[in-house]
Amino acid sequence: MSISVGYYPGCSGSGTSVEYDKSTRAVCKKLGIELNEIDDWSCCGSTPAHTVDHTLSAALSARNLVLAAKQGQEEVVTPCPSCLANLRTASRKIEDENYRPKVEALLDEPCDEAASVASTLQLIVERVGMDAIKKAVVKPLKDLNVACYYGCIMNRPPELMQFDDPENPMAMDDIMEACGATVLPFPLKVECCGAAAGMPKKDIVTELSGRLLDVAESLNTEIIVTACPLCQMNLDLRQGQVNRANGTRYDIPVVYFTQLLGLALGLSAEEVGLSKLVVDPTPRLRFAGVL
Amino acid sequence: METIPLNSPDKEFIREVQERSGQNVLSCYQCGNCTAGCPYNFAYDLSVSRVMRLVQLGQREAVLKSHSIWLCATCQSCTTRCPNSIDVAKIMDVLRHMAREAGYATERNVKAFGDAFLESVEKHGRVYELGVTASYIRKTGRFWTDVDLAPAMLPKNKLSIKPHEVRGKEHVSAIFKRFRERDTAKENS
Repeated sequence: MSISVGYYPGCSGSGTSVEYDKSTRAVCKKLGIELNEIDDWSCCGSTPAHTVDHTLSAALSARNLVLAAKQGQEEVVTPCPSCLANLRTASRKIEDENYRPKVEALLDEPCDEAASVASTLQLIVERVGMDAIKKAVVKPLKDLNVACYYGCIMNRPPELMQFDDPENPMAMDDIMEACGATVLPFPLKVECCGAAAGMPKKDIVTELSGRLLDVAESLNTEIIVTACPLCQMNLDLRQGQVNRANGTRYDIPVVYFTQLLGLALGLSAEEVGLSKLVVDPTPRLRFAGVL
Repeated sequence: METIPLNSPDKEFIREVQERSGQNVLSCYQCGNCTAGCPYNFAYDLSVSRVMRLVQLGQREAVLKSHSIWLCATCQSCTTRCPNSIDVAKIMDVLRHMAREAGYATERNVKAFGDAFLESVEKHGRVYELGVTASYIRKTGRFWTDVDLAPAMLPKNKLSIKPHEVRGKEHVSAIFKRFRERDTAKENS
């Protein structure tokens, strides 16, 4: 199988989620997907841009879609759900003949050629498929209880995202199952973790992420699996803050799905960036025989 | 609870919200699904369905001065579950745009964080996380924000000391410049 697509890593990929970017690249390579990083990509504007102005947000994202098209990429994938939502919204606005001139006015460039967008999760599920993953697994994740946490915007709103179920998504569950893990039915899989409130309104994050950790703990979750840099940061890096605020003592590793998938495909702990995680997953992974 | 006088609805406000969001706010029949699923309801001063009702009633000040519109994280739960297909999250976004334009910022720190983030993108083309933190602290004077995270983060080398400059950063900053010029033009018209 040979798949070649444009790749938009997103800003956190070179900062707080380096291990997501690293493991995404390694897993895709292993699965025969060629990721061509968009040369000179810039920030999509994330949440702050769309809360200030929708056209500004669209123009910041559109710059990247136009760049990708110029570089011969008809399709762009990104690991980050927030980048995905912004790039998709921009793509929709560019398709709208009445809206496109507003985007072009800010970009100072024609937008008639723009690449289409999907998440790397969608690419792996739809284009690689579970059968191929099962065949490629060399280190099954047996004896590992995982809860898959999708966060709010990977599949919502459904009309924009056009992938998986908005209330009960299964993409990561299926991947983890294909890797041999025991997937727990996690009822809060699309509840919000507090998103970008970490810095300005920490109490919101400690409340919402606290609920997620509470329920995960009650299910005997050994590892939480995520696909979003912000969710991962709130649950992992801020787990200490959550514990201090709520008087809890959780110690649940929170990993990217690409990290566990990578290990199952035979990549090393170093190749999937395990050492970058704050709550150390290695004791549990060793116990389960994955490391 | 503060009482809100419902006489003299600001019809211009209703029209503007409808036009800017592309949503028919009048089709909200107050089922409460948005509020039931809203993860932020515990932190809100006005529940989402109440915001929707106050928009229908043309209560500009009550809506634009609410804290809720700044706390909404666009998690899309309300939009996904609205039985009348109203993009409620988009309306919350539009209300925040209008609050900014009117000079309201009832959640000063949320606004400061967003501003610091966008300044970083305008300057470097990509977000420079340490720069955003420094700028946020400068704007709010909250020196101890997240300082407890440093021992967890620093050994991981997850925060780049230097910004990630993009070659086309002038192109990115020009987008912001044109955006501001566009806004000025709109204000002057």
